[in-house]
This record gives sequence, C-alpha cells and structure tokens, in this order.
Amino acid sequence: MIRAEDISKRYGAVQALEGVSLDLRPGEVVALVGDNGAGKSTLVKAISGVISPDSGEITIDERPVRIGNPHDAQALGISTVYQDLALCENLDVVANLFLGSERRRWSVLSHIRMERATRDLLTQLDVRIRDIRVPVAMLSGGQRQSVAIARALIGEPKLVILDEPTAALGVEQTAQVLGLIRRLRDRGLAVLLISHNLADVRAVSDRVVVLRLGRNAGEFRTADASQESIVAAITGAAA
Amino acid sequence: MSATTVHPTRKPYSPKQAVERMRRGDLGAWPVVGGLIAIAVVFGSLNEHFLSPENLTNLALQMAATGTISLGIIMVLLLGEIDLAAGSVSGLCAVIMTIMNVRHGWNPLLAIVVAVAAGAAIGLLHGLLFTRIRMPSFVVTLAGLIGWQGLLLFLLGEGGTINLPFDGFVAKLSDTWLPPWLAWTLAVALVGAYGGSLLLGRRLRLAADLPVGPAYWAVVRAGFLAVVLAAAVAVLQADRGVPLLLVIFAALVVLLDLVLRHTTFGRWMYAVGGNAEAARRAGINVTRIRVLAFVLSGSLAAFGGILAASRLSAVNQSSGGSDMLLMAIAAAVIGGTSLFGGRGRTYAALLGILVIQSITNGMLLLNVDSSVRYMVTASVLALAVAIDSLARRGSTP
Ligand SMILES: Nc1ncnc2c1ncn2[C@@H]1O[C@H](COP(=O)(O)OP(=O)(O)O)[C@@H](O)[C@H]1O
Ligand SMILES: [Mg+2]
Repeated sequence: MIRAEDISKRYGAVQALEGVSLDLRPGEVVALVGDNGAGKSTLVKAISGVISPDSGEITIDERPVRIGNPHDAQALGISTVYQDLALCENLDVVANLFLGSERRRWSVLSHIRMERATRDLLTQLDVRIRDIRVPVAMLSGGQRQSVAIARALIGEPKLVILDEPTAALGVEQTAQVLGLIRRLRDRGLAVLLISHNLADVRAVSDRVVVLRLGRNAGEFRTADASQESIVAAITGAAA
Repeated sequence: MSATTVHPTRKPYSPKQAVERMRRGDLGAWPVVGGLIAIAVVFGSLNEHFLSPENLTNLALQMAATGTISLGIIMVLLLGEIDLAAGSVSGLCAVIMTIMNVRHGWNPLLAIVVAVAAGAAIGLLHGLLFTRIRMPSFVVTLAGLIGWQGLLLFLLGEGGTINLPFDGFVAKLSDTWLPPWLAWTLAVALVGAYGGSLLLGRRLRLAADLPVGPAYWAVVRAGFLAVVLAAAVAVLQADRGVPLLLVIFAALVVLLDLVLRHTTFGRWMYAVGGNAEAARRAGINVTRIRVLAFVLSGSLAAFGGILAASRLSAVNQSSGGSDMLLMAIAAAVIGGTSLFGGRGRTYAALLGILVIQSITNGMLLLNVDSSVRYMVTASVLALAVAIDSLARRGSTP
C-alpha cells in the first residue's frame, strides 16, 4: 500500500497543500477531484517526485521512502501518465512504449523482443491498434492515450497516476480509456485518477478523494456516494 | 513447427489508407526516385554524353565529398537543428590535414585522423554552446561559418594554396579504382548480406510469433538491390571502374543508417528530434544526444573536406566555400530529411546529392549559364522544403 501522510507544500504566499493524506491500495481506482487550484496537481507531483513537499511522509508498505526526483519514483514503482501525452509522434508504438528503457544487447536494440512484449501487453489490455509499426501521429486520440497508459506499465509499476486522461477525448474514445483503466485495476495495480469529469469518476473509480483549498475535504466510496454529496464536498457547500 | 500453424501476416494497406499516408506526406523515397528518372530522361535526351559511363563516373566522384558533409547535416537536422558551419569546417579541417601532411611531413593517415578529430572538437564546441549556453544552433553555426572560414584563411597565409602531391596517399584516395573482381565480389556480398538479413529477420519474427510479410517479398527486395548494384558496377566498369571514393561514401551511408535504426543512440536521436520533452521525461540524456549530433556533424564535415581536397589535390581559399554548404543542406532535404526534426534516413544524403549533382552536371554539359543553374537548384530545394512543410502540416492533427 502506498500512503501519503500529512503532506504540505507552500509556493510563496500560496499554501498549495496543507496536511493532505491519501491511501492507495492495489487493485483499487482512487479518483482525486477538486476545484481548480485545490492542489490536485501539486499532490500528484509530490508523489511522482516532480517536487519535494515541505513536510509530510510517503510510505510504501509502511516503510518511509524518499522520492527526490521522478527517477526515484519510477524505481519505487510509481508511474505517471502526464496530461500532455509525452509521446514521440514520429516513432511507432513499440518505440514509444520502450522509450528510455529499450531492451537491448550492448547498445543494439532487440526489436523482436520489444515488439513481442508490446503485442502481448496491448492484447492483455485489449487495446486495438491495427498496425503498431506506424508513427503514433497516425493513431486516433484514444489510441494515443492508450499507448501513453500502456507505456506507464513497462517498468512493472505498483501505482499508475493518470492526470486527466479523458480530457481531450470524444465519447467513444473515453469509453475505451475507461475500460483500459478498469483493466489496470484488474491487473492488481493501484490507480490514481485525476479528473474533472464526475461522470467518468463515478463510472470507473472505487473511491473518491476530494481536495478543497489544499486540504482533505471528504472521502467517499463511489458506490455509496451521490453526485450531490461529492459536488458539495468540492464546492464546500453544506450538504 | 507444424504445417497447420497459421501465422498472422501483415495486411497490405487498403487503397484508402495508402492515399491517407500519401496525404500526410509519407511518401518515402518515391518522389526522389521519380525525380532522378526524370532528370536522366531529360538530360539524357538533350545531351548524349550525360548518361555515358565516363560522365556517370565523374558524377560519382563529385558526389562523395558533398554527400559526406550532407550526412553530417542530416545528424543535426534529425534533431530539428541546423549546422551552417559544415562547409567552413570541411575546408578548415582539409587545410589542417594538408598542413600536417605536406608542410610538417606527417604520415597522411595520422594527418587525416587529427583533422577529423579537429572537426569533432569544433562540433563539440558548437554543441556545448548550443546546449549549455542555449544559443540557437542557427546562430552558433552561423558564427562558425564565418569564424572557421577566417581561421582557414589565417592558416593558409600568404600563398593561399597548398598542393597535395599527386602520387601521395591523400590524392590517391580519389584516384583508386576497384579491380573488377573486387567490385563484383562486393556487390554479391552486399546482396547476399541484405537478402540473408531479411530472411533471417523473417525467421526470427516467425519464431517469436510476430506477423511477417510474404517470403517472396524479401527475395524481391534483394533482387531489386541486385539489379541496382549490378547496373552501377557494369556502368562504372565500362569506364575506369568503381571509384574507391564512392565505396567510402556508400559505406558511411550504410553504417550510419544501421546505427540510427538499430542502436539506442539512433533511437534516442529520433526521439529527441520528435519530442525533446518526452525524451527527457523518459530519462534520455537529451543534452548528450544533442552534443553528439554536433560532434558527428563536425567529424563528417571534416572527412568530407578531406575527400574534396583529395579530388582537387590541393586546398585553397575557397575550400569548403561557395555553394558546398547549400548543396549539402539541399541534398539532405531533397532526399527526404525533415527540417523539423525526427524524420529522415541517411539514404537521403545519397539520393539527394545524386539529384543535385546530376542537375548541376547536366546543366554544365549543356553549357547553361551559372545564373540559371543557381535558380534551378534553388527551385528544387524550395520544392523539397515545400513537400516537407506540407508533410508536417499533414501529420500534426
Ligand atoms: N509552481 C507553482 N508556483 C506557485 N504557485 C503554484 C505552483 N503550482 C501550483 N501553485 C498554486 O498552488 C495551488 C494548487 O495548485 P494545483 O495543485 O495546480 O491545483 P489543481 O491541480 O487542483 O488545479 C494553486 O493556488 C496554484 O496557483
Ligand atoms: Mg491541475
């Protein structure tokens, strides 16, 4: 289990996070919601090593860990899919999936091993791409998002963080990506989903964590919570 | 493996998808090959000498130096950067090599190694100014264009020309011809290696249960290479033989292509050229790749300069000057290297320089005035850049 405890972060005069805590368990999708400026991105950055919090602790299976940079986070099994996809559009699916962690012997690429692994992974995730050897630029938005998510799985992570994965997608492609998120959970991964879209959140998450003005403002089991109570927690209106 | 196992095969593109690829500017080498055929037909019918073995051999000799510089330019173009200093660096390093060899009596091979190392060091300097100080590569290398030209003039001093002995090692480089048996053996070996690697790759893919194309396709491709090589060797053999210079240039093209496509370094070059931020987040040392690209560009420019000096048997104040740089850049772009980074192969240098050099050569044969020659070359370059720009627009959704 990955736990962020009592995380605080100040930017100049702005207290972006103040004593925020978050639990993430294997096989569970947690949705992180909140208004603009609530501190969602800052919390995610602290967990993925992009920033270091002023105070607070991150533990993995009860053991405190130090996450000083994104590389530390990856080594600990925390993988992040950024909102801007961070794919190389000129490279094909295989090359993108293994970018920076190419299978190789000395410096020579093992094309066949990587393509085999890519096909296996995409099949398991039920991602359908007709030709995985064309540049990613030629794929649809949903397919590209799926590639970006599959890419996060290459290092066999424990936790996958998804920042607004459906923001730029149409209805059908959103459904594709939500299906993919469910399959990540079924693989036993912990998934942290940041989303503005409450319909998506309700469709795919097990638990909803609400941030408001840099503090924890409520936590719901998705199955039991009404849309109104979540919205009330986000806006701070009395429920 | 049982005979009943059905392996998935890669389906060919439907016409609709083929058109879509074309609309996105994913034309591969076809426009260039078409252009070459057009050039051969036009100039061949206007002047019977154009397609003669003697002239085609001269063409091969003229290509090697600028083509090598163009290879270096491709290394930086792949990153979406530019090296405007390549021409000056080629001249300067040729002068360094000549001074070491002729004035100081160094062993010619050592002089060549030192000159190429000097080119690498200059590339390193450009790369560091670009990555550390974050000067735009355009400005760094524009300063290099003028500065290294200045150093060349300074080193040449009063005389302005240094001759290389005609029977020396360096001059011999461009006056060495493969004996027929060696040329044919080389051609056969190349076709065998190419066909063999295709078939081996196919078997390995089958063993890993990956989709493959039909087996005859490997044979067709190897056969195509065999025809091209046989034609080239036969034509060159009808004159003085296959020039060593052409073999050196072609070997560099093939070697660098293998490096770009099959090593992590090559993969990261394309990644940085495609999306530097994505490459950085993937843990790739973007700065190192960028510096290495400039080092390669400087080294290849130096080597190209040495080949040019070998052809001329001399270096002088215009070594690496005049239109050499523009020809090298134009060749890279005409051959299909994108100015926007991330797209292109080293064969662009070979095809592009073939186009440019044969247009130049053809117009020289027809006694076309140099004013017209410049305008035609410029038009071809503009056309290639236009195709590149349209392709980029097509591929950004
Ligand atoms: N790099 C930064 N410098 C200064 N203030 C920042 C920075 N990043 C975030 N903030 C501030 O911290 C607060 C939380 O921001 P953020 O975590 O991006 O919220 P969210 O992602 O929920 O919209 C906001 O008030 C924002 O302006
Ligand atoms: Mg945000």
